[in-house]
Amino acid sequence: MKVVVIGNGMVGQKFCEKLLSKSISNLQLTVFGEETLAAYDRVHLSSYFAGKTVDDLTLQPVKWYEENGIDLRLGDPVQDIDRDKKTVTSFDGLTLTYDYLIFATGSAAFVPPIPGVDKHGVFVYRTIEDLNMIWRHAPVTKTAVVIGGGLLGLEAAKACLDLGIKDTHVIEFAPRLMPRQIDEAGSEILIQKLKDLNITTHTGKNTAAILGNEKISGMIFTDGSILSTDMLIISAGIKPRDELARACGLTVGPRGGIVVNDSMLTSDENIYAIGECALHNSMVYGLVAPGYEMAEVTATRLAGSEKEFPGFDMSTKLKLIGVDVASFGDPFIAGEEAKTIVFRDNHQGIYKRINFSNDGKELLGGVLVGDADAYNMLLQICKNKMALPPDPMDLIIKGKEGKSDAGAGVVALPDDALICSCEGVTKLDICNAVTESGCETVDAIKKCTKAATGCGGCAPMVKDIMVHTMKQQGKMVRNVLCEHFDYSRQELYDLIKMKDLHSFDTVLDELGKGDGCETCRPAISSLIASLWNELIVKKENATSQDTNDRFLANIQKGGTYSVVPRIPGGEITPDKLLVIAQVAKKYNLYTKITGGQRIDMFGAHVSDLPLIWEELIEAGFESGHAYGKALRTVKSCVGSTWCRFGLHDSVSYAIRVEERYRGLRAPHKIKSAVSGCIRECAEAQSKDFGIIATEKGWNLYVCGNGGSKPQHALLLATDLDSDTCIKYIDRFLMFYIKTADPLTRTATWLNKMEGGIDYLRNVVVHDSLGIADELEKEMQTLVDNYQCEWKAAIENPEIRKRFNHFVNAPQEKDPTVQFDTFRGQKKAAEWNKPIAVS
Amino acid sequence: MIYDNQQISLTKEHWFAACSVEDAVINGGVCVKHGNEQIALFYFTRRNEWYATQNLCPHKKQMALSRGMLGSKNEEPKVACPFHKKTFSLVTGQCLSGDECDIKTYPVKVENGTVFIKVDTKEP
Repeated sequence: MKVVVIGNGMVGQKFCEKLLSKSISNLQLTVFGEETLAAYDRVHLSSYFAGKTVDDLTLQPVKWYEENGIDLRLGDPVQDIDRDKKTVTSFDGLTLTYDYLIFATGSAAFVPPIPGVDKHGVFVYRTIEDLNMIWRHAPVTKTAVVIGGGLLGLEAAKACLDLGIKDTHVIEFAPRLMPRQIDEAGSEILIQKLKDLNITTHTGKNTAAILGNEKISGMIFTDGSILSTDMLIISAGIKPRDELARACGLTVGPRGGIVVNDSMLTSDENIYAIGECALHNSMVYGLVAPGYEMAEVTATRLAGSEKEFPGFDMSTKLKLIGVDVASFGDPFIAGEEAKTIVFRDNHQGIYKRINFSNDGKELLGGVLVGDADAYNMLLQICKNKMALPPDPMDLIIKGKEGKSDAGAGVVALPDDALICSCEGVTKLDICNAVTESGCETVDAIKKCTKAATGCGGCAPMVKDIMVHTMKQQGKMVRNVLCEHFDYSRQELYDLIKMKDLHSFDTVLDELGKGDGCETCRPAISSLIASLWNELIVKKENATSQDTNDRFLANIQKGGTYSVVPRIPGGEITPDKLLVIAQVAKKYNLYTKITGGQRIDMFGAHVSDLPLIWEELIEAGFESGHAYGKALRTVKSCVGSTWCRFGLHDSVSYAIRVEERYRGLRAPHKIKSAVSGCIRECAEAQSKDFGIIATEKGWNLYVCGNGGSKPQHALLLATDLDSDTCIKYIDRFLMFYIKTADPLTRTATWLNKMEGGIDYLRNVVVHDSLGIADELEKEMQTLVDNYQCEWKAAIENPEIRKRFNHFVNAPQEKDPTVQFDTFRGQKKAAEWNKPIAVS
Repeated sequence: MIYDNQQISLTKEHWFAACSVEDAVINGGVCVKHGNEQIALFYFTRRNEWYATQNLCPHKKQMALSRGMLGSKNEEPKVACPFHKKTFSLVTGQCLSGDECDIKTYPVKVENGTVFIKVDTKEP
């Protein structure tokens, strides 16, 4: 297939990448570029003045085109197209035939017909060559003027600052800056911010003529006023480069742009147009993300598959001269159709506006200036028509407990926050992997940044950041589990329940494709466990459990396991302590008190696990589920039985809670604690759910955690009696189990929940969704189905057989396991220690 | 059960009996001892395929791959190490997690309910 691309800009280059990835056989790809430079990042053009080089901005070096068999012809624009013969002829005289021709000619700066625009010192702001000319002119410039107060105009004004020009002006014809994105009030805030930087804004001004002889000396406006200047940059919009298309008879729009249909086809069935030169549905898209999407559509169609361009949401969030500016949905709707809430802080320079339907149910659009942290959440609410909180004001006001962080989560993190401490990857690195390297999957980000390739603990956060970044760029994100399932965890929960599926293979057959992987197997296994609470090591499911669940113990450095029996509430008799001591001695285990008030025994060979558990179960212990994404411990202080301050018996209550939820499988581990008074010795406010005694009953806190990003739990309900408190915890936990993404702790789950703690309280306490009964019933089923997995495992010879290291030498232990001695106990040998061969 | 000390042939490359089909784990792995060598043997029941690789995960030098999880990436069968989820192709041994550490693979065959693994050298 012979494909010729006219234009080597961002979209043209992206098209090449996308087409290559389709692995089309016998592909001959030729690219003609007018500029002498290979495609570069036009979005960050201004950073050229802030120190970036051409190489930094170049998307792929010329070598890349060579390596991929692309014939790249720079500085050689196409001059003529013969559509009948299907040939193109270039400036240098080369004539090539094509099967498909792609217009990616982009746009040029629109220069209004003002007398004097040809004078020396007047520039446009479009290419690196334009920037070089501006740069050369800057040293003789004291005053600079930019025509155009839109996105690019403000970028140009910023560039003037970076070039050291002290006095810069922005002229906008409309009565406000960024007239397409923000309203009057937002513009006022922005104007104030620009003023702080020494940029003067003139709105509602129309340039009449440019003054000066050969060289610009000033401008005169239609109102008669005059402004002296030595440089003028025109950035008044774009004009699609459609002259070649026009010349060969393709249909173009009345105001320019090559007309394309949803397949990106022009009026000629062998010619496509993508990016800023294309006119789709009477619209020219001046953003890069829609252009990339058009490239994808075209590449897909050339590869013989179906794909259409559905139009693109123009919601944007950007940082202009250090100021966040965002707009989404319909930013301007007002009057009878909508209600509007406005928040304005002139002191800090923050303006927020949201528009919602008259019934208060739907978010229609809005504007954010100065603080756009809420953008992602608002855009999601708007796009997905999600329910608004009772008081929509909460969406834009910070500072109220639990609301400021709603939806923020990873967004609230600063750019330099270290996300992957193994590989030293920051949030910004991950964002860049998405925006600059085009990573759209966690795997791609892993390859590109190495994030989450070490311990992998940061993978969920990497995914969140990736998803947020993609949304910022206006890309669609579907929250699916992995390549084998096109559903989210929440969807799968409902589907597995509805279809009554009980094994990983049946779920895969019914709902997925392929053979599963290390992502979906544990996630589906966890769902099956959360739904039915059957024995987790059942034959057909055993190998789909994470290794910890498969061997009912935590794998440790060196390949041995740790053993943690349940010690509910942290209460243990001296006799039971003796049993633990005897077992640990007999099997040579390292012992340590855990943070959850129990005792961990490390260094057990896999084949010793059933023997160890036989002895522990004999003495009345049961599994502590330390290996599972399940309830871990309910920590307690000693409470009113001994403590002179204690209000209630926190230990008894902790035991009751722990025994109720033991073995409960969830998207992630769950920890809890009960404190007998407000002194909070059990640290309940750092737990997924925590209970603190009050004079009148119990206060229930939810969604706290320690971990890599500590977060305090929030108060859900106060002064509850013991049974009601359990009822609310039932509802809370089931709601979490049913709706959270895989490997998401309750704190993160809440951070991502629209409406935050108020919404959660409505669901759990006020039953706003009408599902409280159902949640309680589902929890009761799980509680009733509880059995100690270890007891079941040791009583089943088939399962016991699996706890051997060698299948063909069951009596032998792994000879490569090594320990060192440390403070009178043993410890695992260091990573990467050479394997000793006996 | 048939153990590896029952040699089949004495040639340089040879097949040794690793275990019986019933000893293998459905959609999972077991570890086979062959002299000082540890081999991970996988029965990918879902695909009705058998694979064998080294048991050592090269990432942190852990004897763990036989306890790993099976899966596929675009149809290619793979195993994920239980320690840090590095994944390896079961066909080529190539690391699929972007690292430069491949693993060794061994041919497997099943005859009359016994699983055989082909190794380079005869056990000493």
